[in-house]
Amino acid sequence: MVTKSIPVLPFAWYERAQRRKQSALTPIWEVLDQVKDPEIPVLSIWDLGVLCDLQAIDGKYVVSITPTYSGCPAMETIRADIAAALEAAQLQPYEIVTRLSPAWTTDWLSPQGREQLQAYGIAPPAGGGCAHAQGLTPEAGIECPHCSSSNTRRISEFGSTACKALFQCQDCQEPFDYFKHF
Amino acid sequence: MSDFNLKAATQEYATRLGDDAVVLGHRLSEWTSNGPFLEEDIALSNVALDYIGRARMYYTYAAELAGNGKTEDDFAYTRDMREYRNLLIHELPRGDFAYTMVRQLLVDVFNTYYLPELAKSADSTLAGIAQKAIKETRYHLRRSHEWTLRLGDGTEASHQRMQRALESLWGYTHELFDADPLELQLADAGIGVHNAALRPTWLAQVSAILTEATLTVPKDDWAVRGGRVGYHTENLGHLLNDMQFLHRAYPGCQW
Repeated sequence: MVTKSIPVLPFAWYERAQRRKQSALTPIWEVLDQVKDPEIPVLSIWDLGVLCDLQAIDGKYVVSITPTYSGCPAMETIRADIAAALEAAQLQPYEIVTRLSPAWTTDWLSPQGREQLQAYGIAPPAGGGCAHAQGLTPEAGIECPHCSSSNTRRISEFGSTACKALFQCQDCQEPFDYFKHF
Repeated sequence: MSDFNLKAATQEYATRLGDDAVVLGHRLSEWTSNGPFLEEDIALSNVALDYIGRARMYYTYAAELAGNGKTEDDFAYTRDMREYRNLLIHELPRGDFAYTMVRQLLVDVFNTYYLPELAKSADSTLAGIAQKAIKETRYHLRRSHEWTLRLGDGTEASHQRMQRALESLWGYTHELFDADPLELQLADAGIGVHNAALRPTWLAQVSAILTEATLTVPKDDWAVRGGRVGYHTENLGHLLNDMQFLHRAYPGCQW
């Protein structure tokens, strides 16, 4: 069972937030906030953690992104959407680079992103690495995003996309996606 | 060896790892719309996607090292069977569900030990790819482990199918722990992995899972090798035929 506790923000998220806060490029970060994950359109790439960094190097905007999973098919669309957003705001020249390391983790999800997932009907990842053995998806107990019951069970380890598992609520009977801890 | 070219060797190694990943990814993708039930169909497609993603990262890196304008697509779609360097276990036909699951178990346990070693590579790109893949493999192994228990210790028919799959795959596992001079030199240089050293741990974990599933660990009385030098089973030709057809018929096509 998942017990309610004071939400402690992962350090990884704090680091990201600091990097952005200390950046002098606030208006450009805000342009990039318009870019959403194509499969979860409520979530911006910043809130998802796919957008790692933004720098101005030699008069060029360098946007660093990282794939969630190795085979994430959304990366091409995300690149195109970033390019479109920057061009629409007349922010050129720019370069979009893919960064593999450090590997993306759900600890990079912003607190706002977690709330948005929940509101969209997707249960956000539970806890940090210590909440479950090795951080793998539990068999039960993920809180239902519809009725908040914890009386739920895992139907499938792999859901509609690689980053989600499928659960069902035993109380309201609704099936729902769970954004896997990764 | 004095003429050992580290960059060329790394490019070759990345290509080999890409070949392993794309071939197994393709085999798994053959289950898409053929899975035994919807959730399993989706799961196998997800795992296939993880492998194809790895292949793309390895090939992109190999192309970058080659520096001759080639792309990941050239590696996947324009090389002939004899140019492919994947280990044979990855190219064998998907077989029945038991066969697919046994192969996944053998490969997942291997990756469980191989990837953390590659993640320590002095080559930061290979290390980065491995760090991503480790997390995925954790999910893959949990699933192939559960299926092995369920089918091995299931009905008489499922047990038989699992044992049969195991017997026909076992001789292909030895190649996982081989290394030619190139791989040995890369391992010595801190870029590759000393595969042979992984076998005792692999064997111990695989044996423990098989025993728990009431399956018998096969004898080491035969072994097939050749993938790393381009000698393949006939199956790879059929696979490439399928995978490369469109690109070869309409070079550079886009949609």
